[in-house]
Amino acid sequence: MSEPVVEVKHLRKEFDGTVAVADVSFCVGRGEIVGLLGPNGAGKTTTLQVLLGLTTHTSGTVRMFGKELRSHRVEILQRCNFSSAYAALPTNLRVWENLRLFARLYGVRDSAAKLGFLLELFEIKHLKDKVTGHLSAGESTRVNLCKALCNDPELLLLDEPTASLDPDIADKVRRILRQIQREKGISMIYTSHNMREVEAVCDRVVFLHKGMVIAEGKPQQIIDRFQRSSLEEVFITVARSGDVLDGSGTNTG
Amino acid sequence: MSWTRISALALRYTLLYKRSVPRMIELFFWPTMDLLVWGYVTLYLQRLYATAQSPSAGMGAITFLLGAMIFWDILYRAQQGVTLSFLEDVWTRNLLNVFVAPIRIEEFILATYLVGIVRIGVTLVALIGLAWLLYQFNLLAMGFALIPLFINLLLMGWAMGMITTGLIMRWGQAVEALAWGVPFLVQPLAAVFYPVDVLPRWVQPISHALPATHVFEGMRQVLAGGPFPTAHLLWAFGLNVAYLVLAAWWFRRMYERARDKGLLAKLGTQ
Ligand SMILES: Nc1ncnc2c1ncn2[C@@H]1O[C@H](COP(=O)(O)OP(=O)(O)OP(=O)(O)O)[C@@H](O)[C@H]1O
Ligand SMILES: [Mg+2]
Repeated sequence: MSEPVVEVKHLRKEFDGTVAVADVSFCVGRGEIVGLLGPNGAGKTTTLQVLLGLTTHTSGTVRMFGKELRSHRVEILQRCNFSSAYAALPTNLRVWENLRLFARLYGVRDSAAKLGFLLELFEIKHLKDKVTGHLSAGESTRVNLCKALCNDPELLLLDEPTASLDPDIADKVRRILRQIQREKGISMIYTSHNMREVEAVCDRVVFLHKGMVIAEGKPQQIIDRFQRSSLEEVFITVARSGDVLDGSGTNTG
Repeated sequence: MSWTRISALALRYTLLYKRSVPRMIELFFWPTMDLLVWGYVTLYLQRLYATAQSPSAGMGAITFLLGAMIFWDILYRAQQGVTLSFLEDVWTRNLLNVFVAPIRIEEFILATYLVGIVRIGVTLVALIGLAWLLYQFNLLAMGFALIPLFINLLLMGWAMGMITTGLIMRWGQAVEALAWGVPFLVQPLAAVFYPVDVLPRWVQPISHALPATHVFEGMRQVLAGGPFPTAHLLWAFGLNVAYLVLAAWWFRRMYERARDKGLLAKLGTQ
């Protein structure tokens, strides 16, 4: 495999004594979609926030595109983008104004054409002139995704991107993400509590529990390893007995 | 009409105050600041009246008040340009998206400086025009001295903006009221509407440590027909450089603290 896009080693993050991430190591290869799974409070969002430079880590190393995050934050962020169900775009601007603004922040050339294409892709061209705050949750999620793709990122970080989408749109979004990943070779880190979605989208998953990686591998490998019939069952098993399982599923793949 | 319902609602709104220090402080803070400012204005006017040789002497003070009003607004808008821009992103839950974009914190600050200039530009045109139309008060008659005086207010406004934004970054929306509170905490001290020597003697050194004080003293000197206020401007500028360096250091520190504590993400999504 060529040099990984993301290389996290022994990442640890403490917030005033609370250990949010205890010891997490994983890699993301070029063009790979990696799912970060785990129960509430496992440390998924914190891990993403560290990768985005929003939060500084306590110890460990984070390298992205072969560069140390601490010393190359802006350069790295230029090649990434992010979307979350929990972060909004300015609600008082129109959709189009918002997208133009972010295209500018990312230094996108020919942004009108690029954004037009993305709006078309997510089937929200008609929302272009709407005030962002008036959109439904699912509509603004799709606008967020347009923003997240505006700079042709090489790495896309998605925190529960489909959390508020109806099943039909969620399916479309998954297919679009898959398609973009195939065509452009984008790498993605994806958190979701929808295990069927994770099985469908992710090439590989990293299972976190209490800030530790307790299993890692292709979805099917993990299902087999835990002798369950679906990722959802694995999740429930892991969530309810994470301490006991600690180590049993690690690093066998 | 039901007394039970009315009292239940009233209780709901007063209970807020019991557990919120900022709300309690606000209850005292604004009226106290107002009282201080208008108290000293009164003292100043009384002094003028007592020492006036002719009835027209009072007119000078009225002109000072109008000039001070307009000058004050520059300081206030510059500070608000920085702080409200940041708060705008907090209120619209957009902070996260802005801070994960490839921007440097210095770029963010410079952008908010520009917002301050735009805000001031709009306000100034309106105020100068209105003062002239309604009161035949022509601020532009102050001439060239206006420019360095304005610039010094702008610089101090930026420094105050960085300090308040740093506070909000670190302590979150609980201290949001500081965005408006800090300038008005400075107001009685900065000798905006009256000369420094109206203030109690022990307060005067504190007052002189503020760049704005020298700007307002300089403004009064020019409005009274005095010479170009070189000494006041040098003091203001020197202090401003020190304040800006300090404010930038403080802001960066608070930004690093906020990143360490994961507060940027929290502020941006709650
Ligand atoms: N800024 C913070 N200050 C203090 N503790 C925090 C902070 N952010 C997260 N935590 C704690 O760190 C732990 C991990 O939180 P995180 O948000 O990463 O979990 P998550 O895996 O994303 O959970 P969820 O599935 O609920 O989104 C939690 O126990 C949380 O309370
Ligand atoms: Mg989360």
